[in-house]
Amino acid sequence: MEHSAERYKHIKGWGVDADPENEPTYPMKQWTGDDHRRRNYDRPPQQPVTVEILHSNERPNVTAVFGTSTPPVGLSGVLRRYAFRYSESSWGHWLPLVLADRVNMVEGIISDLGHGHVPNIFAEKGWKADWKHNRSGLIKRVTIALAVAGGVALLMNRRKNEDA
Amino acid sequence: MLAMNYRGPYRVRADHNKPEPEILHPQDAIIRVTRSCICGSDLHLYHGIVPDTRVGMTFGHEFTGIVEELGSDVKNLKVGDHVLVPFNIACGACSFCKQELFGNCHESNPEATAVGGIYGYSHTAGGYDGGQAEYVRVPYADVGPMVIPDDMHPDDAVLLTDVVPTGYQAAEMGGIKPGDTVVVFGAGPVGIMAAKCAWLFGAGRVIVIDHVEYRLEFVRQYAQCEAYNFRSLEDPVLFLKKTTDYYGADVCIDAVGGDASGNAMQTILGRKLLMQGGAATALHWAINGVKKGGIVSIVGVYGPIDTLIPIGNVVNKGLTIRANQASVKRLLPRLIEHIRAGRIDPKAIISHRVPLEEVADAYHIFSAKLDNCIKPILIPPSANV
Repeated sequence: MEHSAERYKHIKGWGVDADPENEPTYPMKQWTGDDHRRRNYDRPPQQPVTVEILHSNERPNVTAVFGTSTPPVGLSGVLRRYAFRYSESSWGHWLPLVLADRVNMVEGIISDLGHGHVPNIFAEKGWKADWKHNRSGLIKRVTIALAVAGGVALLMNRRKNEDA
Repeated sequence: MLAMNYRGPYRVRADHNKPEPEILHPQDAIIRVTRSCICGSDLHLYHGIVPDTRVGMTFGHEFTGIVEELGSDVKNLKVGDHVLVPFNIACGACSFCKQELFGNCHESNPEATAVGGIYGYSHTAGGYDGGQAEYVRVPYADVGPMVIPDDMHPDDAVLLTDVVPTGYQAAEMGGIKPGDTVVVFGAGPVGIMAAKCAWLFGAGRVIVIDHVEYRLEFVRQYAQCEAYNFRSLEDPVLFLKKTTDYYGADVCIDAVGGDASGNAMQTILGRKLLMQGGAATALHWAINGVKKGGIVSIVGVYGPIDTLIPIGNVVNKGLTIRANQASVKRLLPRLIEHIRAGRIDPKAIISHRVPLEEVADAYHIFSAKLDNCIKPILIPPSANV
């Protein structure tokens, strides 16, 4: 160890936290035996439930505190409520939540428009930073997108003419 | 108030009309944010791979701030205190908190039992709005927040809320013995810090694997370690075997998580189709690159869905896998000593300071790794510090 300390003297603090006792469960937890008391601890006071909170069916109740951000709404909310019928070990729980997230994205755009706000998707995607730091990449992406869109439009126009 | 507002994958904006948070529980505090980081794990949310990430939510679990208002039961803080707030929301009373597993609190996340509450990290982590805002609600204010010592720079303080403890715990969970060869997958902020901290536990050799050249160059300087680009190695596991006399590393640390590059199948299943909890490429390499009887330490974030890893090799090699969200509160006293002694310089990893109003650009710069970005921090207009 002393030999090693000399070898690594250029690294400030080398070995100061070396702990031969670190095997293999410490520092995962300082075992106190409290595990065996299960949920028989003094729970903090309960936060009043003022918005819809979906709770895992792997626990009997909501936790003493919880976040109140963005309660479930609309079609995505229906999907989220459905998902919480299943346990966290089930695909029936997670896949509807992923689907709900995608539905929620569309709901977000509809909600913006409903409130008279046209979302600036380019700004939301940070394209201003691309223009500043990755201009050639941005131009390349836009060019490819325009070429693909132009190709699709041309194809559709040709089919339309053939049908006529 | 001004706050980050998530609109869907790769889309966020600065929202000037978010309602200010209120005291909802007697142990709550309201904090006026002075610094807020974007974390690498926020990018998992930003990329849309964490289930139950709802449109309208505010992210941000690494922040400092001034106490503005206190619930009736808060005893340890006073209005005006400048505090750093660990990313774990922990009650301090449940059996897990009593065992210092503050990342596994049983009374902070109703939506999932597998993880404790985390600020601004989807409803899978409790549905809390986070600190990328002017104000934030902080539950259990007597447990988590710590008054920032007078001699500590605010930039160091904000990095103590997650990135430094997570990197340190990654090394700690590795059970490093003096002279060990430690391999860190990922040269993001946590990987950089894990490499730096591996020396504190006596590592004999520290190797970082990534594919972003400017980050590899940074970690070589910052953590005084070896760093290699896996794209030039062809097979990183074979490289690790060869460089350890065909033995394998003593300890491998996964500091990447579900956004890993490097394996087409993992990328398609985990990042494109969302059919598993992220791309487990780094974890796959960690398991296969560590020696028989070695230790794999995981701090990279994965989604809760099943994930493909070579579990047969874990059994056959007799590996120990150690993983957790960092228990920030447990680690803070020691980490403050390290900063004071000059062994760790957290603020040196900050590469970008961005006004909160430009949060969309900050996310894109960090996500796309533009402008040599290592670690961006957001400064709200009301910070005044």
